[in-house]
Amino acid sequence: MVSPTAVYVLLLLAAPLAAVVAFSFWTQDFLTIDRTLTLNNYREAFTDPIYRTLMGRSLMISGVVTVVTVVLAFPIAYFVSFYVDPSRKALWIFLITIPFWTSYLLRVFLWKVILGFNGVFNSGLLSLGIIDEPITFILYNANAVVITLAHAFAPFTILPIYVALEKIDRSLLEASRDLGENRMTTFFRVTLPLAMPGVIAATLIVFIPTIGDYVTPRLVGGPDGLMIANMIQTQFLKLNNAPMGATLAVLAMCAVTAISLIFVFFNRKYLR
Amino acid sequence: MRGGWLRIYAITYLVFLYLPVILLPLFAFNDGTVMAFPLKGFTTQWFVQLAGIEALHGALLNSVFIASVTAALSVLLGICAARASTRFRFPFKAPIMGAIMVPLVLPEIIVAVSLLVVVVQVLDLPLSAWTVIAGHTLICTPFAIAILSSAFQGLDQSFEEAAIDLGETRWGAFKNIILPLVSPGIVASFLICFTISLDEFIIAFFLTGAEPTLPVYIWGQLRFPTKIPAVMALGTLMLVASLIILSVAEYYRRRGVARVGGKDSGGFL
Repeated sequence: MVSPTAVYVLLLLAAPLAAVVAFSFWTQDFLTIDRTLTLNNYREAFTDPIYRTLMGRSLMISGVVTVVTVVLAFPIAYFVSFYVDPSRKALWIFLITIPFWTSYLLRVFLWKVILGFNGVFNSGLLSLGIIDEPITFILYNANAVVITLAHAFAPFTILPIYVALEKIDRSLLEASRDLGENRMTTFFRVTLPLAMPGVIAATLIVFIPTIGDYVTPRLVGGPDGLMIANMIQTQFLKLNNAPMGATLAVLAMCAVTAISLIFVFFNRKYLR
Repeated sequence: MRGGWLRIYAITYLVFLYLPVILLPLFAFNDGTVMAFPLKGFTTQWFVQLAGIEALHGALLNSVFIASVTAALSVLLGICAARASTRFRFPFKAPIMGAIMVPLVLPEIIVAVSLLVVVVQVLDLPLSAWTVIAGHTLICTPFAIAILSSAFQGLDQSFEEAAIDLGETRWGAFKNIILPLVSPGIVASFLICFTISLDEFIIAFFLTGAEPTLPVYIWGQLRFPTKIPAVMALGTLMLVASLIILSVAEYYRRRGVARVGGKDSGGFL
């Protein structure tokens, strides 16, 4: 019964992924593909500073986005789970997810409008007299990418953390208080460790896909905010160098997988 | 009031979440081409303008076609996988189900380039609506499975056994007993997949042929400042459409949960 779906995934995911890996060992000369196996693409990817810079920056930005998104989202999940009346929890979750059914492209574009020189943010602060001249460090750089992606992934972090918090048996918290812990230590020694599976899931859900986003860096990142996915896109669609694009895609995947595995390994005690 | 500071933080955070969404209709009805404050005045000319753009209508039809086929395929594949995983035990169950859910966390650009490589370089086929459908089905199926699994999980197995004892064939029992019971889940997952496909850009941009999808069309328009207000109007209409579709989906999901006698445990995702 599972076979049609499994076959579909095998044909349209596993086989194409294998093709990408194969391509990364080939080279392309104008339009003809040279199928001799070679490591030239990988050598180029590791030595050419532009690829190294982009890869480093992408991992950096994805990491910062992940930390910012999860840290900002945790209190919301905590609030909805512990302080909102049970009958109104579904409403809060609904409210949190609505903004994410606007067109993704337009949301990113609107952040450009918000953060711009004459943007909503600057004109708002100017009219309130908080600043004297528009601040410029929030658009066309990595900061803008972080703000925009932190917004884009908000529900994907809030929901897993919320689900983990909901599962916590409230009597454990009472027991902790009865045994002499205060609210702070109860939170750090009981609530947080029990919520860790949700936090870990949220971290991976943000970290892995952000590396593959090229819309946000292109629209709000400026030249210093471009990421590896922009280069992969350029290699495939503009430079017509599929093997180099495939190599970069494979390297990006490996880097993300390795970091995710290390992260899970260090947090394995929470997942038992 | 409970949770004082936390509540203030939560409301601030909601403002952050809604900031772009509020701006969308604001600029769609603004009588000026520059996207800045103060607003110039109320107009509906951008909505009127939308009606006259031929390329937009083509893109919209193309997107609706892709989204419908994608949703239908994803739901079919989702039913197979959800039914199999909730009802039967089979060898390599965990790795197979894991592989099916992988597209949920895989960066979309990886899905896009790997399909592009196969279609263009290996099979040497032209890009078309069908290549986009193939990619979208891949990422929508896990969502369909997630919704359908909860629908199948709540089923009481004895219904099906009773039907077979009373002389139905296996297929008859599935068609007459199981499907009607999970139909709200089917409708809900169809609508969710439809909405996801309609809005998806990263994969569509790589795999679309000569006929762009709606998001690919919008991406092309974003470069021209004079076209922006019309795009904002279009975005507003799309937001309204998604909200209607999602409300219907949520209604069916709740009915499904109620039908199998389960307890409601929050929304989608």
